[in-house]
Amino acid sequence: MSGTRADGASPEGMHTAPAGDAPADVPWQKLDRRTVLVAVTLMGGIAFSGGVPAFVALAVPFGVVRALAWVLGGAALLLLGTAGLEYLRWRHTRYRIGPERAELHTGLLLVKRRSLRRERIRTVDLTAHPLLRVLGLVKVRIGTGEHSAAGADSILQITPVTRREGDRLRRELLDHAVREDAEETDGRLATLDPRWIRYAPLSFAAPLLGLGAGGALMQGSEWFGLQVEVIQWVGDLFDGVTVLWMVLTLAVVLLIAGAVGALGLFVEMWWGYRLDREPGGTLRVQRGLFTSRSISIEERRLRGVEVLEPLGIRLSGAARLDAVATGLAETETDQKTDRKTLLPPAPKELAETVAARVLREPVSPTSAVRLRGHPVAARGRRLRWALGSVLGVVASLLLLGVLLTQVLVWVAVAAVVVLLPVAALLAVDAYRSLGHGLTGKYLVVRSGSMRRATVALRRDGVIGFTVKQSVFQRRAGLVTVTATTAAGVGAYSAYDVGQSEGLEFAGEAVPGLLGPFLERDPDGTP
Amino acid sequence: MTVSGTGAGTGTVRLRPPQNRFDRRVVPWWRVQWLLLVLPPVLVLVLLGVLIEPARFWLFLPAALIAVPGLLAALLLPGWWYRVHRWEVTESAVYIHTGYFWQEWRVAPMSRIQTVDTVRGPLQQAFGLATVVVTTGSAKGAVKIEGLDHEVAAELAEQLTEITGATPGDAT
Repeated sequence: MSGTRADGASPEGMHTAPAGDAPADVPWQKLDRRTVLVAVTLMGGIAFSGGVPAFVALAVPFGVVRALAWVLGGAALLLLGTAGLEYLRWRHTRYRIGPERAELHTGLLLVKRRSLRRERIRTVDLTAHPLLRVLGLVKVRIGTGEHSAAGADSILQITPVTRREGDRLRRELLDHAVREDAEETDGRLATLDPRWIRYAPLSFAAPLLGLGAGGALMQGSEWFGLQVEVIQWVGDLFDGVTVLWMVLTLAVVLLIAGAVGALGLFVEMWWGYRLDREPGGTLRVQRGLFTSRSISIEERRLRGVEVLEPLGIRLSGAARLDAVATGLAETETDQKTDRKTLLPPAPKELAETVAARVLREPVSPTSAVRLRGHPVAARGRRLRWALGSVLGVVASLLLLGVLLTQVLVWVAVAAVVVLLPVAALLAVDAYRSLGHGLTGKYLVVRSGSMRRATVALRRDGVIGFTVKQSVFQRRAGLVTVTATTAAGVGAYSAYDVGQSEGLEFAGEAVPGLLGPFLERDPDGTP
Repeated sequence: MTVSGTGAGTGTVRLRPPQNRFDRRVVPWWRVQWLLLVLPPVLVLVLLGVLIEPARFWLFLPAALIAVPGLLAALLLPGWWYRVHRWEVTESAVYIHTGYFWQEWRVAPMSRIQTVDTVRGPLQQAFGLATVVVTTGSAKGAVKIEGLDHEVAAELAEQLTEITGATPGDAT
């Protein structure tokens, strides 16, 4: 592979051992000394939870005293080792925020010296799990938000430091943004309304948590060799009841468990939630009951917003608000966490209001836009997909039923009766969700039924277009137009839009980008 | 507030094909790639079929089921693709059209290009070909021109690098 770099942009942020610009007057700083205490406590927890079963297992053959000696001895070794290693890590870790760079030196055997150019730093997030909070410490995560192959390398993690030091780092590092527009700090944009908790059980997390609880119960009982007993116990409870009732009751129980779990999760995640605009143009989300999180998004990284309405939440008239910003999801794991969420599920009007305030627009583009629907052919495609997926399930059930047991045939029949209307409804709903439009500085696309997403993307944030057309789409005169961007998930699509309309939409959204490649058939024949 | 243009009944809008074809040698390159994909499982099945007599039918059958469409595709598809795959570099953008059953047009504006790389796999080297990969700030916006003559590719990469090197900012 012979490579040439187009510009210094993407690899520049990362440097090892800066040569030129190291005025040595900025002193190095160390992590908080109590990191040893934290590590030992955490390891103690692990040692305890591992040691108890080990003690039980050893006590039977060796007797209580010897088992205790073994386990305690092992635990003591483990803890001493942890303390020693953590102490060495503390000794050999230092950082400093110079005028040009933020630097972090770590490592004992393999010394890592990393530095980020300060003007490239985009996010400084503070998190603290309960133990850190008790000690008044935080973990600081400094990111540049670049889509480089280096990936995780463009992140500095400084953990732990005191909360005050964390705040100082955050303020100092994000302060390089222009300070002249200090009058634009309109402070608080949103705070938690406890009533929002009613949307938590409606999210998809609830049934998943329920299933997870059921699975954990079975797994846990298996570890203790009690799985058969548990199954028997449940069977006894439902003695003399039909299988259908049993299944339904169990499902309800799991759903309730899941709903309770979702409520708990919501409280943990969103307790004390507030969204502020800080001087220098930074949006800051603070939240969390046990683990406190502080997430900062620079406004100049913001390319738009996404209004998300998962089915249950949409039916109750609520919506969630996410930021579409560059440099938020640097690695795979980051995409799973919700650092981009600006507002938890809340009444839709509020979500729109907050969106407008976040974008500094009088009205949120997601509600100001007149979305144009997509051709009916798109509905046909969705109905056919729905039919196809139901038929796939039914066919495999039938096949197994014929080969194995009659019961599955009846299940297949039931599946047709239940799934077909549901799938058809979802398909029609998905078609109704489709839409695209332009308003002011923004391009807006909407799609999805189970998870309806309305994205308002700044037109100047679009950095390319991809147009796709399958054979089936060609026959129906449809295309999928995708705007690529450096922000968010990288691409946002208008699915199954009419060919001419979709291409003109793209051409108009960003003049001069797709336009030069468009041509028009005067007679209108495709 | 502006609303998207209606097209106003002026007829169908379409994307015009990019100007340049790929290098002629992509046809054998694609063909060899197909064969490398199809032949190993077929050969394994045939070999097993020769060795294990009782299961011969059940080994030859899938071999034939893979071999016949696979070979047909290797014979016909590359020529077809060659006719539709096109690329173009204008003053303002890199533009490419690929695929037949799943067509795809990609546009990356010059001002947003971050890196330009040329890549040559071992097979490509054998055919004297190279791939030019143009990435933008988007994780999903890369434009790959696969199958250029390697000298053309190097020149193109050079030229793109020069144009985009002058662009200020981090192109996001």
